[in-house]
Amino acid sequence: MSAILVNGKTQEVELPISLIELIKKNNVEQPEMVSIQVNGEFVDRSNFDTTQINANDEVDFLYFMGGGSR
Amino acid sequence: MDFNEDQIQRYSRHILLQDVGVEGQEKISNGKVLIIGAGGLGAPVALYLAAAGVGTIGIIDGDVVDLSNLQRQVIHFTPDVNKSKVQSAKEKINLLNPDVNVITYYDLLTASNALEIIKDYDFIVDGTDNFPVKFLINDACVKAGKPFSHGGILRFDGQTITVLPGTACYRCVFHAPPPANAVPTCSQAGVLGAIAGMLGTIQAAEVLKYLTGVGDLLTNRLLTFNAKTMDFRTIKVKHNHKCQVCGDHPTITDLIDYEQATCEIKSNH
Ligand SMILES: [Zn+2]
Repeated sequence: MSAILVNGKTQEVELPISLIELIKKNNVEQPEMVSIQVNGEFVDRSNFDTTQINANDEVDFLYFMGGGSR
Repeated sequence: MDFNEDQIQRYSRHILLQDVGVEGQEKISNGKVLIIGAGGLGAPVALYLAAAGVGTIGIIDGDVVDLSNLQRQVIHFTPDVNKSKVQSAKEKINLLNPDVNVITYYDLLTASNALEIIKDYDFIVDGTDNFPVKFLINDACVKAGKPFSHGGILRFDGQTITVLPGTACYRCVFHAPPPANAVPTCSQAGVLGAIAGMLGTIQAAEVLKYLTGVGDLLTNRLLTFNAKTMDFRTIKVKHNHKCQVCGDHPTITDLIDYEQATCEIKSNH
């Protein structure tokens, strides 16, 4: 098991793991509603399945948030 | 600007602040701020900016007050139901602080009116609930070189970032509106009312910081919080060189009216 940081919290994962697998593991129901940074760099949505996560990587899920007016 | 005695008393808690003082209060009183959306976020923003004595507050909203708004849109009261939100907000601002010049636009922000409306303001606050307008505000402000505060709330969560010319913009982070059928909004997903106050007051504080030049703005950092855990986090974000509006080779040259998601049809009225 290897440690990575997901949204600032340590998570143990079995490597190799792709970003899309990490998305599933974190129960992100709607991947189309999240923007993702790995080590501070944005990953294109089209590369979610080809991006591999390494030990100590920092992954941030940034969610679209609508709300406020109505 | 010379403050009279009442004003010195009214703004005394600002004037007492070493970082603000009379000079800072003058900057606030000379400030012109546009609030887009007089709803959950716009309400606390408008109230705090009015209380602070922001000289000119513009408010744009094409909606009328609905009973279901009152759970969180604290600038509107029960007798205001069916009144236009901009009129309701203007009345409360005038009662709170007659110093404030309120300019209302009973209208929706669109690609055709956005630049014309924002051009007269020093700072823009996004208090809207839908992605087409959030991206429109971003693109218009980036193009016009106007600073703005993005805010979003949903269920128990909130997020906000301040964008200045040259710092990471909303599109740097979120690229393009999500597919319309994937989007829940307040009217569909629900929102804890007080979340709107938590986020709106952060936005109002950013406006006052910007006007007075005090502190470090929430630029290149996305603040998110969850009210269930009360965890607050700021995530560093970088200006994206591939950004379609502020990147090295911007592909968006004209403002876009994205289609409204079907779930954002005003079913809650
Ligand atoms: Zn950008």
